[in-house]
Amino acid sequence: MSLESLTRRRALGLGLGLGATVLAGCGGGGGPKQAAQQSSGPATAAPTSYTGPTVSLAFWNGFTGGDGPFMKRLVEQFNSAHPNIKITMNVYQWSDYYAKVPAAVSAGRGPDLGIMHVDSVATNAARQVVLPLDDVATSLSLTEADFSPPVWQAGVYKGARYSIPLDVHPLGMFYNRTVLSKAGLDPDNPPKTGEEYLAALEALKKAGVQGHWATPFPFTGSMQFGSLLHQYGGRLFADDAGVSRFAEEPGVQALTWLVELVNKGYSPKNVGQDADFIALQNGKAAFNWNGIWSINTLREHKDLEWGVAPLPQIGTEPAAWAGSHQFVIFKQRRPDQNKLTAAKVFINWISGHSIEWAKAGQVPARKTIRESAEFKELKEQAAIGSQIDHLYFLPPVAGIGDASAVVDQAVNAAILLKKSPKDALTEAAAKADKVLEQNRKKYGA
Amino acid sequence: MVSLTLKGAASRPATAVPRSGRATPYLFLAPYLLLFVVFVLAPAIFGIWISLHDWDYLLEARPFVGLDNYTALLDPASAVYADFWMSMRATGIFTLFSVPFLVVLPLGLALLLHRPFRGRTFFRGLFFAPYVLGVAVVSLMWRLLLDPNLGLVDWLLGTDIGWTTSLPWAWVALVGVTVWWTIGFNGVIYLAGMQDIPRDLYDAAKVDGAGKWAEFRHVTLPGLRPVALFVVTTTILASANMFGQSYLLTQGAPGGETRTAIYYILDQGLSQYKMGSAAAMSYVLTLALILVSVINFRLFRRRS
Repeated sequence: MSLESLTRRRALGLGLGLGATVLAGCGGGGGPKQAAQQSSGPATAAPTSYTGPTVSLAFWNGFTGGDGPFMKRLVEQFNSAHPNIKITMNVYQWSDYYAKVPAAVSAGRGPDLGIMHVDSVATNAARQVVLPLDDVATSLSLTEADFSPPVWQAGVYKGARYSIPLDVHPLGMFYNRTVLSKAGLDPDNPPKTGEEYLAALEALKKAGVQGHWATPFPFTGSMQFGSLLHQYGGRLFADDAGVSRFAEEPGVQALTWLVELVNKGYSPKNVGQDADFIALQNGKAAFNWNGIWSINTLREHKDLEWGVAPLPQIGTEPAAWAGSHQFVIFKQRRPDQNKLTAAKVFINWISGHSIEWAKAGQVPARKTIRESAEFKELKEQAAIGSQIDHLYFLPPVAGIGDASAVVDQAVNAAILLKKSPKDALTEAAAKADKVLEQNRKKYGA
Repeated sequence: MVSLTLKGAASRPATAVPRSGRATPYLFLAPYLLLFVVFVLAPAIFGIWISLHDWDYLLEARPFVGLDNYTALLDPASAVYADFWMSMRATGIFTLFSVPFLVVLPLGLALLLHRPFRGRTFFRGLFFAPYVLGVAVVSLMWRLLLDPNLGLVDWLLGTDIGWTTSLPWAWVALVGVTVWWTIGFNGVIYLAGMQDIPRDLYDAAKVDGAGKWAEFRHVTLPGLRPVALFVVTTTILASANMFGQSYLLTQGAPGGETRTAIYYILDQGLSQYKMGSAAAMSYVLTLALILVSVINFRLFRRRS
């Protein structure tokens, strides 16, 4: 599909006008705004170098944890390698960031570029906070083959690309080697299937350890639920997010499996926020399904013997939750072609150097880097990264987060034994369907 | 203005320097009034306008929907009905249980700290100390202390109570933590009130043969009435606006039952960007609070 047709379809189909066409250099004219802005110059300038006057770009993100210093170092390296581009990085808490950025953009004081989680991209595209990036992908010659299909597809909203993947951060199975050994289990060979997993939990129980603390909170209870649901062959939502599907049989199976952990005594009742992760570290639990970002936290414990493996396959197929940090470019009152070009150079450079980023506890989205020997040397990251073909993302629909927040409440109520899995999910599905309908009306189907 | 001042001057004996005209009170009010209008009144009125629309400040289409955002709150089939009223109930429960403690306990505390004893200043500081902490610090600390499986509190008590995850214990925890956190503030207000009660009233009471209890009932309590009205009113409003504790301590668990109205409104307005709906909810909450405040003022007036 040519860039031209993409641009035109977007402009006509969405009426997005404003943001959609700022970058469009070779579109065929899709409205007065587009025509007016086309004079700003072609967007197909050489992507890997920038020769214009010195520009400074504001780069915002939410890397407040151990990942912050890694990105900061990358930015510094970039700055010293590109004397005519100066990137200044600002870090906010993610929750503040998502509230601040749209406000800043609408006030005309938005940053030039930033990072967004993949499930926020569609919402921000619909709200015209971020710009379409099809031409960035084209001019950087990035295609699906450079990434993995689900990660790459997740940044497409209504036929237009709005983000370039930086990384994926899947769930993995972290385990405490000392605890496994004590229960007579082989720490070099952690469970891979549902049967092995339950057998291990039974052995741990006999040794007086509640092996898998089932947390009722979104971090990471809802992610575990989603992973299991996909393992049982289900979907959280229909592909177009027309209706919710999490209350179907696979969802009930998944949530029942988690609740049974509590009922069978493999998990204590009433697991508090973060208690599951603390329990892994102080040896009260053996397993914790947690995000890849936990790697650096666990490394700080010098005397903790731990390992990480892909999630065991409980259901009929392998699957794991993953998030993804993606680059976005924010809408500006006065688009500046030099800044756009510089931003592209930056995105391409960081993407190409994302092996450094992988060390922060991430799986690089870029295939060449993921398959490099250097990445394979990062043992833990590579173990979790091996799930790359089995990751799931939410459908790229505006406001999808509103509907998935409803799932959080159901998971919470079921794991705290307040409602049966089926009741909790059925009630939540009815609510989520109403939210989806509201959002269709709001953002346009 | 000038002419007003002159007129005022004319009506007085010629020797008196005119100190005020009719506009003077308004001029004194003006700086605050301006801020009030710009930052309170105007946004409040604008909020009514927002509540009549499907409002997202970033979308070009903000269709007028009339009272739909309000009727949705009364329609059991709507997406917001169940969650909104559950959150109103949570706010109601929290207010109902926290206000009595936050009104009575600080009074007792203030009575104790009003008496002269060694180290009084130290204890005054001690009880006030938690109040200077931020809600995040307080909630995170107590979340760890109250953790159902790893927390110090359960360990000390030898129990396994789900302080942050089950009912009614989550309410006990939320109310308890809030009382611990803010008791010093109300205590200081009471203390200031007590120091303002003239000593001779106590002396007169003693002459009349009043004991400690009679002194408290007939001198201290009446003397504290205006202070108590302030304490009750601000405590009700503060409790009804509770957000941080449930956001951090329980995250609404179990199943959203400890999610307060403010928490839910924030989620609707700033996470889901349904600002019209959130504005409508705010007005319902405001209306409820106005009602409670009116009743509160009536009660205090009747007693005096």
